[in-house]
Amino acid sequence: MSTSSETEVAADATTRRRPQVPTRSGGFGNWLSQFDRKVTPYIYISPFFLLFGLIGLFPLAYTLYVSLFDWDLLKGKGDFVGFGNFREVLNSDLFLNSIGNTIWIFLMSSIPQVIVALILAAILDQNLRGKSFWRMGVLLPYVVAPVAVALIFSSVFNEADGLANNLLNLIGIGDQAWKHDRVESWFAIASMVNWRWTGYNALILLAAMQAVPRDMYESAAIDGAGWARRFTSITIPSIRPTVIFVIITSTIGGLQIFAEPRLFDVSNAGGIGGADRQFQTTVLFLWEMAFFRRDFGQAAAVAWLLFLLILLFGLVNFFLSRAIATSGSTSRAARRAAKKQKYLAKEAAK
Amino acid sequence: MTTTLPPVKRKRRQSMGIDRRPGFVLYGLLTAFILGNAYPLWWTFVVASGTNSTRGETFPLIPGGNFLSNMGKVLDAIPFWKALVNSLIVSGTITVSVVFFSTLAGYAFAKLRFKGRDGLMVFVIATMAVPTQLGIIPLFMLMKDFGWTGKLGAVIVPMLVTAFGVFFMRQYLVDVIPDELIEAARVDGANQFRTFLNVAVPAARPAMAILALFTFMMAWTDFLWPMIVLNAQNPTMQTALANLQSGYYIDYSIVLAGAVMATIPLLVLFVAAGRQLIAGIMQGAVKG
Repeated sequence: MSTSSETEVAADATTRRRPQVPTRSGGFGNWLSQFDRKVTPYIYISPFFLLFGLIGLFPLAYTLYVSLFDWDLLKGKGDFVGFGNFREVLNSDLFLNSIGNTIWIFLMSSIPQVIVALILAAILDQNLRGKSFWRMGVLLPYVVAPVAVALIFSSVFNEADGLANNLLNLIGIGDQAWKHDRVESWFAIASMVNWRWTGYNALILLAAMQAVPRDMYESAAIDGAGWARRFTSITIPSIRPTVIFVIITSTIGGLQIFAEPRLFDVSNAGGIGGADRQFQTTVLFLWEMAFFRRDFGQAAAVAWLLFLLILLFGLVNFFLSRAIATSGSTSRAARRAAKKQKYLAKEAAK
Repeated sequence: MTTTLPPVKRKRRQSMGIDRRPGFVLYGLLTAFILGNAYPLWWTFVVASGTNSTRGETFPLIPGGNFLSNMGKVLDAIPFWKALVNSLIVSGTITVSVVFFSTLAGYAFAKLRFKGRDGLMVFVIATMAVPTQLGIIPLFMLMKDFGWTGKLGAVIVPMLVTAFGVFFMRQYLVDVIPDELIEAARVDGANQFRTFLNVAVPAARPAMAILALFTFMMAWTDFLWPMIVLNAQNPTMQTALANLQSGYYIDYSIVLAGAVMATIPLLVLFVAAGRQLIAGIMQGAVKG
């Protein structure tokens, strides 16, 4: 029946896995079930791979191709220029400016965000009444889409009479130039990101905190460790992988910020990130390059440079999480094994 | 997630000072944070129901009576209903597609044996970190060649599958379906697809709901790609909303009325499915 050594190996594997079931008919039916068993998995995964190749991988590869040419949005492909587009982009102040802005906005959003999310998670991890209510309250801003967030905060940070300046005036601080000053515009955009994502990240950290065995806290308490000591010596080390996970995911998202700067000051700056591009992020620069200046070649180079930057962070993520997994996986594997054992016992009892 | 402890045990724990009901200070802190968090949203509604000068007030708390008339102005300025229907079509189609293909592939990766499985799974995980939205330039060229620019298909097609969805379903199904159950179905003579429908799909339902929720949110809030490929006459909710702010003179009460109107559908979703959303975030954290 088996026509090649490959099928023999597979058939061997299947017989090993389950006891011999007498086959009703040797011929076509058996062949059909063999076919079903061996080909179906590929049929199940192929839609994903075909579509993903078409809409995910092909465009990325083709972006590289475009980046090697003079390529105009309207006129189409021009001369082959090699890495000329990359050279021009890397030498352009506007690109470097956008990278700087992106990284500063990212730092101003992720650092306070992680700190506040940690504190929030620690509070939510207490034995609160009405847990769902508090969690939903914390998560509320997540339901506001980035475009709406940008519109709301754009008017909160209106320089003439926005809410932010009014509240500052109340405590004796004068009006700030949120949309013109470089650092202040970063702050305003970072606060949009913080507002939407802090609660979300707090819930992720909360999940990790709940997985910390309570006995550890109890024995620490018996040894006389106070609340703060327990937090720094037990909670933080136990949830470190999750903290890193939160930091990396917010990095990958943070490096692609677009809607917030695009809509922050449309009336004065036309939506390209400020009159002096003081808050133009890299994706915004990419968009301007492609659709305002119609230079697809350089825009493609920008896309690839940003891709490499994100990949760099992704690799850091991978190696960090692998290093951590070796120390933290034992307990999870043990739990999983215990669960399986319990299930098998239940099945046997039936 | 949380199991209530039997009363005797809790008493013992209380005496040690852990898991004691926290005092009013913590509740106060949390309440202050949540109020501060919610205020920008409330303020948006207050301004949206007032006039352009309401925005200039220092700490407005009470809504005015202009919300309906501001809403009417929003409806005049942008094709709101069309945008709403478009967003529902786009997000709905993407959600159905992502959930279906992810469950199919996730089940195969979790429970079926085939050559190259582990290698392909590593590939899926690796592509999760790939920012596919950076491929907008060739995608735009493709859509232009197809004559799809300005049409909803151009927004839907690039999001029909996600690597995250496959990974998420695989992680869920690998634990939740015992291999014995699949074997039993096979011994009973069910073919692969029947096994998938009768064993995998019922078991996957909770994860499918969570994946659907997040996919819908992601598709609904997406802005960059719809803005590039759609025009003002045939927008999604987000691109229509962005167009509200495009004039030189901006009446913020109208812009913010638009923001409120665009947020209402997601607020409804939040109230209806908030618990699943929270469960999904917390599960993703433990699994991811």
